[in-house]
Amino acid sequence: MWRTTLRSLLSHKLRLALSGLSIVLGVAFVVGTLVFTDTMGRTFRDLFEVTSADVNVVAAAAFDAGGTNPGAAVDTTVPESVVAEISAVDGVAVAEGNVQTAGVYVLDRDGKVLSTGGAPGIGISWDVAESVNPSTMVQGRPPARQGELALDTGTIEKSGYALGDTVALLTTGPRVEATLVGVFRFGSTGATAGASLTAFDTATAQLLLGKPGQFSGISVAAVDGVSDTELKGRVATALGPDYAVTTQLEEADAQTAALEQELAFFNVFLLVFAGVALFVGTFIILNTFSMLVAQRSKELALLRALGAGRAQVTRSVLLEALVLGVFGATVGLAGGLGIAAALRALFSSFGLTLDGSLVLSGSTVGWAYVVGVLVTLLAAYLPARRASRTAPVAAMSDVVSGPERSLRRRTVLGTLLGVVGVVALVLSSLTEQGSTAASWVGLAALSLVVGAIALSPVLAVPFLRTAGAVLPAVWGRTGHLARENALRNPRRTAATASALMIGLALVSAFSIVGTSTNASIDQLVSQGLRADFVVSTAVSQPFTPEVAQRLREVEGVQTVMQHRFGSVQVDGQQAYLTAVTADALDQTVALDYLSGSTAGLQRDGLLVDEPTAQAHGWTAGDAVEVLLPNGQRLVLTVSGVFATNQVVGSLVVALDSYEAAGGPPLDQYVYVGLADGTDAHSARPALQAAVADYPIVTLKDQGEFTDELQGSVDQVLLLINAMLALSVLIAVLGIVNTLALAVIERTREIGLLRAVGMARGQMRRMIRLESVVISLYGATLGLVLGVVLGIALSRSLSGLGITVVSVPLGRLALFLALAGVIGVFAAVWPARRAARLQVLDAIATA
Amino acid sequence: MTAAPLLVPPDLGPPAAPAAHGLGLTKVYGAGDTRVVALDHVDVSFPRGRFTAIMGPSGSGKSTLMHCMAGLDALTEGRAWIGDTELSGLNDKHLTALRRDQVGFVFQTFNLLPTLSALENITLPLDIAGRKPDQLWLDTVVDELGLRPRLAHRPGELSGGQQQRVACARALASRPAIIFADEPTGNLDRKSGSDVLAFLRRSVRDMGQTVVMVTHDPGAAAYADRVLFLADGRLVDEMAEPTAERVLERMKAFEAEQRETAVL
Repeated sequence: MWRTTLRSLLSHKLRLALSGLSIVLGVAFVVGTLVFTDTMGRTFRDLFEVTSADVNVVAAAAFDAGGTNPGAAVDTTVPESVVAEISAVDGVAVAEGNVQTAGVYVLDRDGKVLSTGGAPGIGISWDVAESVNPSTMVQGRPPARQGELALDTGTIEKSGYALGDTVALLTTGPRVEATLVGVFRFGSTGATAGASLTAFDTATAQLLLGKPGQFSGISVAAVDGVSDTELKGRVATALGPDYAVTTQLEEADAQTAALEQELAFFNVFLLVFAGVALFVGTFIILNTFSMLVAQRSKELALLRALGAGRAQVTRSVLLEALVLGVFGATVGLAGGLGIAAALRALFSSFGLTLDGSLVLSGSTVGWAYVVGVLVTLLAAYLPARRASRTAPVAAMSDVVSGPERSLRRRTVLGTLLGVVGVVALVLSSLTEQGSTAASWVGLAALSLVVGAIALSPVLAVPFLRTAGAVLPAVWGRTGHLARENALRNPRRTAATASALMIGLALVSAFSIVGTSTNASIDQLVSQGLRADFVVSTAVSQPFTPEVAQRLREVEGVQTVMQHRFGSVQVDGQQAYLTAVTADALDQTVALDYLSGSTAGLQRDGLLVDEPTAQAHGWTAGDAVEVLLPNGQRLVLTVSGVFATNQVVGSLVVALDSYEAAGGPPLDQYVYVGLADGTDAHSARPALQAAVADYPIVTLKDQGEFTDELQGSVDQVLLLINAMLALSVLIAVLGIVNTLALAVIERTREIGLLRAVGMARGQMRRMIRLESVVISLYGATLGLVLGVVLGIALSRSLSGLGITVVSVPLGRLALFLALAGVIGVFAAVWPARRAARLQVLDAIATA
Repeated sequence: MTAAPLLVPPDLGPPAAPAAHGLGLTKVYGAGDTRVVALDHVDVSFPRGRFTAIMGPSGSGKSTLMHCMAGLDALTEGRAWIGDTELSGLNDKHLTALRRDQVGFVFQTFNLLPTLSALENITLPLDIAGRKPDQLWLDTVVDELGLRPRLAHRPGELSGGQQQRVACARALASRPAIIFADEPTGNLDRKSGSDVLAFLRRSVRDMGQTVVMVTHDPGAAAYADRVLFLADGRLVDEMAEPTAERVLERMKAFEAEQRETAVL
């Protein structure tokens, strides 16, 4: 049986290559994702392990503030005296306090911020004790006094600075200039994932942090013979509950986990594609094997007549599938390594450099084969069973394809899922709670998409009959034939269209969320913001309040509002508060008060938005306690309740109250309002000059501010459009496969058409129209799904600031047109094949 | 049959010219050891308004002759004309147009597109050409073949005989210069077969069509006005006003001759 199997495989190279390609793509995405995740995990785990001390001590946070926004977290610090306490613990070889502060950016020779590609610019203190210092000095000497600094090797490479150069730095505080005295390598390889590291002597670093006599944390090295865990226990006992103590492993695990969580969306994204590719691949394989079996029904019947058992026939078909699956998985494995390498290159262009080789674990290889082989066997099983059922005599006659199976089961299943989806949608729109609404939308999305897949063969018939009516009207009999051909096997048409459907549903849903976000931003800024100018950094780094001070001194400036975010706990629940310059609030943000006013904010007042007030049962005059991560408690009086406002969020306190409680003295935004009669255009140069010394911040008018906010949304949309490109690739593959099979199936019809006078051009057009109509069907289903889900998703995200739901009709129309183009493109090769068939050969294929 | 005088096929060139003719028709397949001469310098002419049958044993080249004359296959050597159009000078595009407009086909099996109704199949060549059918002519042909109640049915819903009659109607619908039928009754029972053959003969006698039919059935050949006998790629004999018995006799004689040659 082996030999017949192999021979049959080789004699259908082309068709198998097509089916194989889909398996290859699916497996490649799975493997690429796994390899990339492993590589990333290993790289960072290694890095974090090398760069953490045996035991690390930081001040315990009152609660886990989560998030990594440096502006939102209150820096917790450890007093210098703790170092001595730790040094006294038995088993401690060295304990050294260190300082680490974000927002220290190196300026290049032209005075521009050296790009870190989104990675932070970090200032550190140089550890004197080698056993706790993650870095090694490779050139020059460590910085010893104010006015000296050392840079990491990567930053030196990018900036071209040499020892002795004067390096300008941008900090959250004042701009600093210092002499480069040393170059150090961070960790064992110097890899910093794009971040720049600037080392100072401890005292200078403390000054930059703004807290003389305080450390960010303390690194502890154990003496030989004392394990990290043991030492951790001793240090923790000595220091008590005010400090968090971790071992090297725990630290590395925690940091790796945090990073992986941030990149998790990316893996989900890739796996969705693997799923789509495999899903489509299953159909392609199913199609191919159905065809092979149908074409070989005589051969199989002959085998049966010669005494081959049913099981043997099934097995011979499955054996082919197995060979194909193994082959596809192997090539996919190689392709997956390619994808992982490409991802690594992509990430390094964003500044997240992953060094070292790709990690191909045994489980990845296992998954590749499990997925590849399983999907192939699964898809080939039905045709194989059908093959074994062909009665020896029946197959000797001319009939090749059996009757179309009933679609009733699909109709029932699809309708049920559709009902579930609609109910979930209704529930989502009735739910106030954002996260609950979003999970209803998630359920709706899942059931609607699966329902649509189940129903699509059923829906294909009315769609092709109504929308397809254009074809005969415009292209006459050629168009008529194209439509009828698409209608012949609704299951196949639907399966072929499904790749486009899923791709377009995703892309159009996210496009709607994206444009809704942009429309909301537009509304927010134009209606909610009274200020004329906004000053902020592009990467939401906080900056020194000196900027606000300078702006206040500019002639024509009426109000300047500083704006900070803080992570706090209220009634045991985590919340964000914003701290603002109290007396500038009214002139900056249009707040709609339901009770109270801004007036009370000055004296430990708290302004809350309506939903928050309702949730906590607060009314004006109530006393509220707010817990900061550093353990400080703010007791505030509710002095006003306002309608939801996206600029200030749900809790507003005065800047003074927040700073007094230990909130970091760094601004996130500064809003500038001009005096009446001052023209924004003429005031601009003076404002620009005021912030010129702080290259990290930019001055934006309302329009520019809107553009900047929308820019980041557009970037995400771009990523999603890359998704479209991928699903298009898979969809094209599916359509090409289906059409190629159809052309083979209809060889005699094509011969007949050519004999009775259909020109090659008309033949090509017929195939092309069939292809286009299939693509448009998939696109239409996808767009309808995408619009419904996109609107539902946008509405469920109203709590996150999506207040306007906007459907980008132009873009959706473009997607539809694109689907048509895809159809034309996918038909090129099958159409050419059909047109080139020799009339006589085609007729003779009996 | 009242409409018969109207039904003279148009555009056949000078009255004396045949509907199709070929000179020195030669078709060679393969090369070297596998070289097969399917047609060996055959001169043939199909007069207008006549029903010609081509007979011969398997491998005699009768199908090849038909394919080459109908523009379905290219000649290795020689020249073929339909009307006064020479086929060998035409590219695929013109050849396709010629088949569509000047030639009607009836094949042995698989004559119809399963996705089209009987009527749509009948008008297919006209539809492809973007021409309106001549309704009067179409009605005549449909009624003549008794297809009126079947026009809306798809081929899957028709019997084999009905399918072949639809194919005949399609071949006639565009009033071609010549109709080529390749074993049109090969897959039919006797009754259906004689219906189809009787119609082909009527289309020649009453409607003035020209029909060329390839067959190996002496009974079918008897419906023709004359029979051409092919053997080993050569035209070996011709018979006017054939009857089944005479054709059968002739064929037997050939086989005997061939056996003798084989023995020699």
